[in-house]
Amino acid sequence: MAAKPRVKIPKSAAAGDIITVKTLISHKMESGQRKDDEGNPIPRDIINTFTCTFNGKPVFSCDMDPAVSANPYFEFKAKITEAGTFTFTWVDDAGEVTEMTKDIALK
Amino acid sequence: MNKSKRQFLGRTLGVSAGMAVTALLGSSRALASVEDVQKAIEAFSGGKTPAEGVVTLTTPEIAENGNSVPISVSVDSPMSEDDYVESVMILAEDNPSALVATFHFSPASGEAVASTRMRLARTQNVLAVAKMSNGDVYSATNNIKVTIGGCGG
Repeated sequence: MAAKPRVKIPKSAAAGDIITVKTLISHKMESGQRKDDEGNPIPRDIINTFTCTFNGKPVFSCDMDPAVSANPYFEFKAKITEAGTFTFTWVDDAGEVTEMTKDIALK
Repeated sequence: MNKSKRQFLGRTLGVSAGMAVTALLGSSRALASVEDVQKAIEAFSGGKTPAEGVVTLTTPEIAENGNSVPISVSVDSPMSEDDYVESVMILAEDNPSALVATFHFSPASGEAVASTRMRLARTQNVLAVAKMSNGDVYSATNNIKVTIGGCGG
């Protein structure tokens, strides 16, 4: 169900800079609280985990519950000490994994 | 606007209106209880009572749409290898399930700042509880007024 994610980071940063990372992914984040037209509960289907690593080291992660809005958006910080690659991973209840990588260079 | 979105909005508004009625009748059906919130905090903090301060929770005073309420949390910390913020738990007291999300930071975060968007069933308090690497626990609470479907609140 998860669609193409979007991530925004600067192309380059000076060593020691703290950059802002913004991520967005389309997902209905079905809470499991709603009912369909016939009154049957709609089963829960949410992205439950988001992780961000830089060169394999953890930077930020989030465990989500159904109260996170549809199309989960995250904004957080990362301290850049070297050039490298960010890996962003989203995992939903069905076990579907969406991954995206972004490179950053040193100024 | 496509059909499914319209259906979604219609249904959500219906659900919200239903919740408002429930709230007016004073029934607490299917809402997180105070004990649940306490238990969640205890499980997160390892039994410590959170102290005030250090955590800054930024939320709108009035949220027009309970389906998407921006929330931003920032914790005052040097974020060094031996003194950093481990995690921050967000709780909404009067949602059907109080847990919203748990952020996990690391020294590589640089600053313990994170934003997301959450769902709120109705006007309520939102809590942020932060756990430091040395085991200290801090919290902040904000009240958010949720206007349902623009019909006042």
